[in-house]
Parts: sequence; structure tokens; C-alpha cells
Amino acid sequence: MPEIKPFRAQKRMKELMAGHFRGVDAAAKDPDRKVAWCTSVGPAELLHSFGFEVYYPENHGAMLGATRSAEKYIPLANALGYSPDICSYLTSDIGAFLAGETPLQRAYGLEGVPRPDVLVYNTNQCRDVKDWFSFYGRRFGVPVIGVNSPTGISEVTQAHVDAMVAQFKALIPTLEEVSGRRFDPDRFREVMRLSAETSDLWKECLWQASHRPAPLTFFDACILMGPAVVLRGTPEAVAFYKELLAELKERVDGGVAAVEGERHRVYWEGMPVWGKLRDLALFFQELRTAVVVSTYCNSWVFDAFDPAEPFESMARAYLELFIVRSDDAKERIMARLIEEFQVDGVVYHDAKTCPHNSNTRYGLPQRLKERTGVPFIVIYGDLNDLRCFSEEQAKTNIEAFVEQLGPGRAAAGG
Amino acid sequence: MAAHVLGLDLGSSWSKAVLLDPDGRVVGRALRRTGIRFEDAARDLRDEVLSAAGVDRVGCTVATGYGRRNVPFADARRTEISCHAKGAYHFFPREMDVVDIGGQDNKIIHVRRDGTVANFLMNRKCAAGTGAFVEEIAHRLDIPLERIEALAEGATREITLSSFCTVFSATEVIKLIREGEEPENLCRGIFNSVIARVVEMGPLGEFIVMSGGVVAAFPIVAKIMAERTGAAVEVPPDPQFLGAFGAALVAREELGADP
Repeated sequence: MPEIKPFRAQKRMKELMAGHFRGVDAAAKDPDRKVAWCTSVGPAELLHSFGFEVYYPENHGAMLGATRSAEKYIPLANALGYSPDICSYLTSDIGAFLAGETPLQRAYGLEGVPRPDVLVYNTNQCRDVKDWFSFYGRRFGVPVIGVNSPTGISEVTQAHVDAMVAQFKALIPTLEEVSGRRFDPDRFREVMRLSAETSDLWKECLWQASHRPAPLTFFDACILMGPAVVLRGTPEAVAFYKELLAELKERVDGGVAAVEGERHRVYWEGMPVWGKLRDLALFFQELRTAVVVSTYCNSWVFDAFDPAEPFESMARAYLELFIVRSDDAKERIMARLIEEFQVDGVVYHDAKTCPHNSNTRYGLPQRLKERTGVPFIVIYGDLNDLRCFSEEQAKTNIEAFVEQLGPGRAAAGG
Repeated sequence: MAAHVLGLDLGSSWSKAVLLDPDGRVVGRALRRTGIRFEDAARDLRDEVLSAAGVDRVGCTVATGYGRRNVPFADARRTEISCHAKGAYHFFPREMDVVDIGGQDNKIIHVRRDGTVANFLMNRKCAAGTGAFVEEIAHRLDIPLERIEALAEGATREITLSSFCTVFSATEVIKLIREGEEPENLCRGIFNSVIARVVEMGPLGEFIVMSGGVVAAFPIVAKIMAERTGAAVEVPPDPQFLGAFGAALVAREELGADP
């Protein structure tokens, strides 16, 4: 029977995540401390520099997906006028809020999601985050501020960066007022340093999968990325990824494969299907196929972060991200990763409610195949709304794709 | 190797079995509604086809189709994509696109000159343009399935239902009925729509082989496919059994025989 090999570091991760949520919860109950809600690739570093405890609704959305409770909540948001066709993180999160329920109750003993004092978005991912935060801004009667990012960027220019820096700086007065603290450039630089270190370590962890056999898969990484998302900019995240990296290097040195008898190596493009993460991980195990690289888990790798130029480098990092780029830039990025990770095929997930992170709709897979010769398959599903995912059809597609790839390396090479 | 082999295709609507003798000749075929128990359908088909052929045992059984994982006595399983490609290549050993129109999904499989699969496409979740679509619209028109092809032959006007969704297509049909459209044209429209949904899935080459229950029941779809694409369109013998036949060829390979 296929099995997912757990990481020792996961124990530490559970403690860290529990500490994070309880910390935000405690801050929400303490009149002297402030909570900011932030988009996952929003200006979290700036918020930490003001001493905010930072809470990420997208992370909560992923929890609703992974616990398969999203389907219960999505219809509640639909009834309020939030369409089933828009981001299912948004609809499941708002639905859960309307129901007064959260997986944080069971997982960490919280009464509910920690109340925000301010909501800060970055539209580099999509417009939905702004609409999502606006809902809560109205409900809680707190400010909703953020930056409106350019998208579809081929090359990040100084003009792009300048525009973002100006917007980041314009957030400062509101953040000063809500936090009751003056902006501290030294503190900001220190948070950027820690965030950069987290990002570098996370990248190095992910890049261990370029070894053959890969010591971790996309499915492992979707779990292990938690601290890179919610704790970047903290010393705890740095310590965690140092520990994880050591464990991964141990696996590489010992030839320990995440997928026993790894025959094929594939790229996962697009969002995870959160409610089927474990199921798909086991299915790929059975097919002896390792998903070695993904665009999604790389979204928290910020190469540009530089504590010496905190505003400028943060702007650059958030503009260089895959999701903010044009198709020609995305093709370049993917072609490079396909080569670096020695990928045999690409699985694209077209997520029904996430057009911004579904790169299948403007001919990219076909062009990339032309460019690299690496075959692809598209599966249709969703990040959270499992009503949009036909499991049998997806699995037949994946299995047929692996059959198409042929006997593969382990079988041919012994 | 002197053993019979069995290919089983547990489809979403119908299950099919093909029995090959040790020389690779088809010596038995069986077909039944899949129903709700894949395992029973597989067992009954096996028993039926073996007893009709007077064969006691087989050397290898390969399962394909949606129910391929539910056949405990199968020695191996393959997806229907691989099996249709293998079956089609047996009859047409050349580069081609296999178009399989099944009960609930459509596939385009591009087969290379050497018989390997270069790539494939399946329809998205909706069943528009599949066998289920034909059944639903015929039901809406209150015309028995066995009569729709004969009626379509008498069409005087080309109609294509444009909806991606089977339920919305039915609404479109109601509108056409209200406007007084002739039943012949509506029936032709069903088949036009089946082909339209396939053609918009992806590019098709100059040589197309069609398989599946829809072309078996309604050969007119092969004719419409040729008209729409300008390609040479062939239909292998017993197109509904092509997946099961391909599975049986895989079984022969498993035993080390030349397919």
C-alpha cells in the first residue's frame, strides 16, 4: 500500500501553527494589542513592523477546503449574493463566518476567528481579495486599506516598483493610527531580514526536490508551507525551515524517496484541490509519480527581498510573483523549472473559481509543450468547491497521462 | 503461450467483454448495462462470454473503463485511453486521432505512427455531446432512440444546439419545438451537436477513427464528422467493443504474445 512518509519537523510545525493562532486570538482579546488581516502575499512585513498580529483569511480558506467543510458554507455566501463562480476561498470563508463556525475551534480551541482592527490587501493575486476584505470591513466597521497592483507584467520595471512603493507608503498613516505606533524603519528592515531568510530557506527546502529521487512532493510542501505563509518575518519561521532543511538533506543523502520507486516526475501548475490533497498524494504514490515542483508552493519564495531597500524590494518581490505575470513571463519561469527539476510532464489544474491562478485558458499549456517538448494534461476542479471536481474523471486523466509517459526511469533503469 | 485472454471495459453506461483465443482471434463478445455493481457486471460478463465460447479459464484478464478498479479478478488494469488507442491501432496501424464518444465522456486520443499515445483530451465535466446527451434529448422529443437516426436522414435544414450543458440544450430544443421546427431537423441537430462538442475539444488530424457506443448505434455521426472536418473517418468493426478489445490486446502483451 502506498504511504505518505511523515516529516519529523511536522511536530514542530503543529506547535508553531497552534502558537500562531492562539497568539492572534489573544491579541484580538487584548485592548492593547492589534490584529491585522492580510492577504497571503500582501504587505505582511510592513504590518509586523507595527507590532500587529497578522491573520490570513486565505489560510483559513485553505483550512475550510482541507477539512472539506467548504461545501457546507459556500451556499450561505451564495445566498448573500456572492456567486458560486467567484473565489471559493472567499465564499467558504464568508459562509463559515455567517454560520459562526471555524475549523480553528476544533484544531486550536479558539471561539472564532480573531477579530480584525484593520484589513490590508494586495490585489496582485486577484480582485476577489479586495471584495472579500470589504465584506469584513463592513461587518466589523474597521478600515480596509491596501494596494492595487498592476498585473500581467512581462518585465518588472522601475515604474511598476515606484507605483507600488508609493502605495505601500500611503498605508502608513492608517497603520500608525490603528496600531498607535509610529512607523519604525529599523524595525521594518529587521522584519524584512527575517522574511528574506524564511523565503530563502523555504526555497532551499523546495529545491531539494530537484534531487532524484525527490525527498518531498508538492503535496508535502502544501502542508509544510504553513509557516512560510503565516509566520514569515518571525524568528520561529526561520528556525523551523532550518530544521526542515536539515531533515530534507538527510533524506537526499540517504536516498530516501518521498515516492517509493519514483518513475516519473511531474509539475503541478495551479491551485491544490484542498479537499483531495491526501487522496491525490496517495494516488500519485500508487502511480509511482512524484510531483516535484509547483507554481503554487513557490508563491512564498521572494527572491527580491532585501532589508537594505525594504520598500523597493518588497514591491519588487510582490510584483515578480508568478501570478502577477504575463503569459510570456510565466512560460519562461515554467520552462526553467521544468528543466531544473527534470520534469517529464505537467499537470495543470484548471480551478473553476480561480481564473487568476488557472493558466490553461489562453493557450499556455500548448505553447509551453511546443517550447519544451514536455507533455501536459489539464484536470478540471477547484481549490475548495468539490462540486466542481469530478474525481473519477480527474483520476482517469492522471492515470492515462502516466501511462502515456511510458515505463519511466525506475522501470527502465532498474 | 496457449491461453485465451479477456478484456473487460466497465463503462459508465455499458460494460463490454471481448475474449480472444490463443491466436488473438475474437471468439466471444458480451455487452450489458453496467448498473450499480461494477464487480457483478464484470463477473457476469466474464461468465457469459466464457460459457458461450466453451472456454474454462483465461490466461490473463485486463480491466479498463470507469470500473477498472472494481474487478478483483483482473490481472492488470489500464485506462480506456490506452485501450482505445491500442484497439484502434490494431485495425489502423498509422498516425491517427481516435474519437471515442461514450455514455458520459468524449475523448480525443492522438496516436503516433508507432501506436503510442502522444496526447489525449477528455471533455470537461458536462455530458453535453455524449451518449447521455443523445438519450436525454431523444427523451425530450419523445422519440425512441432507435428512430432518431432514420429521422435525421430526412433532415432538410442544419441545426446545431449550441449549449454546453445537456439541460440547457433540452431548453433549446423546447424553444425550437415551439417555433415549429421539423422533428427530422431536430434529430439531425442532436448528431450535429455531438460532433460540434467533439470538434471544439481540440485539433483533429486528417485521419480519424471513431469508437464507442454512440457511433455503434448511430453510424450517421461518422458521416457528419467527415463532413465537418474534411478528414478521412473510419469506424472499426464493433466500435462499442474497441476498449474491451484493446484491453484484451494488453492482456496478450502481458502474457508475452505479439499483439
